[in-house]
Amino acid sequence: METTKFSIIKTLQQKNSKLTFYKFAPEWNIKLPLLQEGVPAGFPSLANENLGKSLDLNEYLIKHPAATYFVRVEGSSMIDAGIKSGDLLIIDRAIEPRDGSIVVAAINGEFTVKRVKNRVGSLYLVSENPSFAPIRITEDMDFEIWGVVTHAIHHIT
Amino acid sequence: MSNKLFALIDCNNFFVSCERVFNPALRNVPVMVLSNNDGCVVARSQEVKDLGIPMGIPAFKCEPLIRRHNIHVFSSNFELYGDMSARVMNVLYEFVPEIEVYSIDEAFIRFDTIAQDAVELGALLRKRVLQWTGIPISIGIAPTKTLAKVANQIAKKQTQHKGVFDISRALNIDEILEQFKVEDVWGVGRQYTKKLQRNRITNARQLKYAKDVWVKKNMTIVGLRTVHELRGIPCLNIVTQPPSKQSIAHTRSFGKKVTELKELKEAIADYAVQLAYKLREEKMLACSLYVFIMTSYHTEFKYYTSKVIELIKPTSYTPDIITAACNAVEEIFYAGYSYKRAGIIATELQRDDQDQIHAFMSQEQNNKQRVLMQEVDALNHKWGTGTVGFAAQGTLKQWRSKRAKKTQSFTTKWDDLLIIKL
Repeated sequence: METTKFSIIKTLQQKNSKLTFYKFAPEWNIKLPLLQEGVPAGFPSLANENLGKSLDLNEYLIKHPAATYFVRVEGSSMIDAGIKSGDLLIIDRAIEPRDGSIVVAAINGEFTVKRVKNRVGSLYLVSENPSFAPIRITEDMDFEIWGVVTHAIHHIT
Repeated sequence: MSNKLFALIDCNNFFVSCERVFNPALRNVPVMVLSNNDGCVVARSQEVKDLGIPMGIPAFKCEPLIRRHNIHVFSSNFELYGDMSARVMNVLYEFVPEIEVYSIDEAFIRFDTIAQDAVELGALLRKRVLQWTGIPISIGIAPTKTLAKVANQIAKKQTQHKGVFDISRALNIDEILEQFKVEDVWGVGRQYTKKLQRNRITNARQLKYAKDVWVKKNMTIVGLRTVHELRGIPCLNIVTQPPSKQSIAHTRSFGKKVTELKELKEAIADYAVQLAYKLREEKMLACSLYVFIMTSYHTEFKYYTSKVIELIKPTSYTPDIITAACNAVEEIFYAGYSYKRAGIIATELQRDDQDQIHAFMSQEQNNKQRVLMQEVDALNHKWGTGTVGFAAQGTLKQWRSKRAKKTQSFTTKWDDLLIIKL
């Protein structure tokens, strides 16, 4: 995991105690889990050393907070990639898009979400739905890749 | 010249750039952003600058140009701009040990403490900020903060530098300073400019070579520091701890003119709520309040009045502030005028050390008030400002400032996210 200002910065080992320091950045409202202190009183207990921290979704989903944005999507052109209408997408602008990445792109001022493919020297935006044709990116188009889609969050209940 | 190297990072047309990130259709068209109450132009895209529209001009004066050139006009969206600013600063902070956030879109950084070529580092920062946030920045590098500001202007205006300019490498610094108007030098305001022009100093080079004795006498020691900085002698350092505030204010113009005391008190109560919240955020207590109400500047019958109230005890408890401010307004209100603007400034601030003993209130009562405010703040924080309010604020709030063309808070409100059609 990338060591950013929002993650663990140091694990100190002093004699039998193990203290894990979390640096908290309140301006991001990322709720860091409760600090678990393993401070043995006398004989070190195995239970103490194996105490885990609670699981944090932010940590799991967001690798570059400053570059992460959320959008909602409507429509079915990416259904075969598991992106359904109404889903929440997590976009990371820090990730370099590669051939096959699913990205948020802008064509002539309009946003879309597609898989980007490099074929025979041309760039294509491909849907994940047989009813939608690929779009070839040409010189005259105002085109830009806005960010890479890392997660789609689908509400079930 | 010293070994220190300062970089001034500044976002290009920041508010406009923020709007463009979430609406690519705005990329190459003229865009402007208006101040609170849609009053004046506070941000212009390059296309708008090229049309000759100056900063700060009242919006209504631009109407013909807006129509003719199809200028896109937006109301300020501070929630969005604030969040984007935090992102830019965080990206920069990844690379540097210390950053002085000077304003919402400017920061000073020491480059000499980083073992990398300055221009290369600048280019890297520029690329990283643009990729991570979509905001274009310009970087001026120099041995002093004042020169870094000059370098930044050059980086911004002369495109051959690709957004990064290191003035310490220039062989012709004096020529560069000669092209730089003295009123654009950091620290030289309008009054000093007039005085300098009277003494035939019109550009930065002339100011650089002005006699110390004269400068100290006519521009005080602060002016002398500016001149030394122009000469490459650093007098100002990176300030990482902002100085504690001397006063906290909440002042706003009304969306429509207010003539009735009842409505005016509602507005003041609303401002009192905001002010008390700001006090709590800064962990300060106010000992006195300065309340003012005024008509518009541009009216035939102008009226401005104010009153200072000493609070019984230092406080940030909203009901106390509402009561004091509303009482003040009752005393200074004069019927027959159309009020356009009002404000409350909390002065004589002191740190809120939670264990203060109050002469007029038991510790238990004090704790109750503290807990109540914490709860109110928590609810408003979770569900949005205004979730929990005070009766005195009123419900209709017709005096609220206009924000006719504000975009959504794309990065801070779940309900405001961009919706992309697949």
